[in-house]
Amino acid sequence: MPANMAPSSAEILRFLPEIILAVMGTFIMVLDPLVRGKSPKIFGHISILAMLAAIGASIFAYTNPGPAFSGMLMVDGFATFFRVLVLGVGILAVLSSYRFLDRERADTGEYHALILFSLVGQCVMVTANELIMIFIGLEISSIATYVLAGYLRDDKRANEAALKYFLLGSFATAFLLYGVAIIYGITGTTNLSAIRAVLSNTTTAPAGAVVGAAVALMFVGLAFKVSGAPFQIWAPDVYQGAPTPVTAFMSAGPKAAAFAVFLRIFMTAFETVGTGWEPLVWVSALLSMTIGNFAALVQQNIKRMLAYSSIAHAGYVLVALAARSEIGTAAAMFYLAAYAMMNVGAFAVVAHLSGKGERRLSLNDFAGLGVKQPLTAALLTIFLLSFIGVPLTGGFFGKFYIFKAALQSNLVWLTVLGLLNSAVAAYYYLRILVVMYMHEPGEATLAVEPLSFGLSAALILPAIGTFVLGIFPSALLQFADKSSIFGR
Amino acid sequence: MPTTAAETYFPVLVQALLAIVIAAALVSLSFLLGRKVKNSVKDMPYECGIVPTGDARHRFSVKFYLVGMLFILFDIEAIFLYPWAVVYKELKMFGFFEMFTFILLVVAGFFYIWKKGVLDWSHNDPSALRSPAGRVEMRDHHPEEILVAMKR
Amino acid sequence: MAPITTGHYLGLSAALLLIGVAGVLTRRSIVVVLMSIELILNAVNINLIAFSSNSQNVRGQIFAMFIIADAVAEAAVGLGILIALFRNKDTVLADEVDLLKW
Repeated sequence: MPANMAPSSAEILRFLPEIILAVMGTFIMVLDPLVRGKSPKIFGHISILAMLAAIGASIFAYTNPGPAFSGMLMVDGFATFFRVLVLGVGILAVLSSYRFLDRERADTGEYHALILFSLVGQCVMVTANELIMIFIGLEISSIATYVLAGYLRDDKRANEAALKYFLLGSFATAFLLYGVAIIYGITGTTNLSAIRAVLSNTTTAPAGAVVGAAVALMFVGLAFKVSGAPFQIWAPDVYQGAPTPVTAFMSAGPKAAAFAVFLRIFMTAFETVGTGWEPLVWVSALLSMTIGNFAALVQQNIKRMLAYSSIAHAGYVLVALAARSEIGTAAAMFYLAAYAMMNVGAFAVVAHLSGKGERRLSLNDFAGLGVKQPLTAALLTIFLLSFIGVPLTGGFFGKFYIFKAALQSNLVWLTVLGLLNSAVAAYYYLRILVVMYMHEPGEATLAVEPLSFGLSAALILPAIGTFVLGIFPSALLQFADKSSIFGR
Repeated sequence: MPTTAAETYFPVLVQALLAIVIAAALVSLSFLLGRKVKNSVKDMPYECGIVPTGDARHRFSVKFYLVGMLFILFDIEAIFLYPWAVVYKELKMFGFFEMFTFILLVVAGFFYIWKKGVLDWSHNDPSALRSPAGRVEMRDHHPEEILVAMKR
Repeated sequence: MAPITTGHYLGLSAALLLIGVAGVLTRRSIVVVLMSIELILNAVNINLIAFSSNSQNVRGQIFAMFIIADAVAEAAVGLGILIALFRNKDTVLADEVDLLKW
């Protein structure tokens, strides 16, 4: 045992974002029963401040990158990128929940505390360089998100969403853990770099079948978390049943963090056995894109349609993973940033339109939104065009870089099928645009309330971000390129 | 060192035999030497203890599920104390502060459930308890109802 | 009689994994499904501790403790969600939870 276990101040600084989030989350939790509903909005303000402080701390931590706590955490460009991304998603989600929580009379400290705890988990996940830490982060994030999905306790749909999310999520975690246990058994370590060293040493490398079983089990667990086919069954039900701001949060934040873990584990520890797992990712990517896009075509419920679209987008990111290259990793990072912004924005519009009790969720409820609320409609148009991948939006460059990376790795068929899928996807996104601008205003659009301040912020910020990524993609891409080597 | 299976398990066999002999001896001795009295007090489950008040298969209020859940949560927190206790001396003050932080977080959780009124079973004042649904509801669902629902 | 080796523990763990998976996939009652998931987590713990004692490396035991704590947190949250569902729907059967589909 080392004589001095105490971490240096540099190590504590590298962990500061998580410390801020955990302390503020606990503070809100303790404050809630003391304030008892006198001024519920204060919790939202506190949590936004906490997240802004955590973003600041993440960026500050990157001025002195390196490992922390005996190599359990690794603060590098990759971790910083995803920390800022998930925290940004958290801020947008809280901004879009002010009006929603007020409307449902459910504004409590617990909601914000749970969001902060979930973010602690996600930040730990993206920073972890070790399987135990990855597991702990994953579970902190997941358990908080299970509760958030069922946050409206008297809503049967929310109950059902939480239950399905919980059962399938913990089942997936159990699989992931079984894979981790086998990896620990054959390599004697849980550190990703050390696992890589054992697996790449041809003289001492363990039997291929055992490694294969472990990698496959971990793949199943992670594919569940990112809602990649064929483990996507939970996603439509959960995204539809959960409160809309929560859906916005969990379809972007935990998903991005799970992809970060996916990339880090598979591109560092398992990179040397890449030819073995590439077919798995290949098949999963193709299935996700196809199932997601074709199922979305027939949906009438807008949340369910966006859920299937989110499965399809997970498929595109898996294409980048299948490329097994640093360019692919960078493309996945860029795509996740663009996807997070358009997805949170689109769900925020749904939260705005759905009305009390979330009754107006049908596609036809968007009829005439372009006449009644031109600004909301215009913002939603931006997000939908980015989903399709129209030039000048972040979605375009995201898809462009992903398919470029796939072609460079000779994944010609996957690229062709992916492009065909994008064409199919354009149909259902355009359908929303047609209903919004070509149809007469219906009952739902006539009853819609004016945009509140929080919601406008939650819509305009990602819209600006979508344009920035679409017009000046190089700055972010260069950072992603630089970070995609994982400090090796 | 024992080498065969028979040698390994021989002590177990001796112990089992001893247990049977002693148990049988005690029961038969008290039967042979004791005075025999027969009345209703003798037939009660706890002759010198509490007077039974009803069936053992008693229904519990669903409130107790919450208490049980909290108990197991706080109970398991204690497992993190064991490895800490093993290396406490080597970790010195650092270990103390780390564990202090951990306990502080657990206490924060305890404070939260206490202030939420979860530990207060006696009264059901709706204004005191607040939750997304309005208040922490203590509606009674008995385990048997759940069992019936499970069998359906 | 042969001594108990790491291989025996791995066999036990694999059996628990299979029982757990079969339970999750076939049982209707959500309570039993929850128990089956706990069973898989215990299979993982047995694996980790067997490997840990085999390689004289304490990391696996620490990992197992975190898994125990996590399993408890999951059970608590799962039961909470289940009670909320039961209050609204009066069922704990997986196939009667069917508001959301297609």
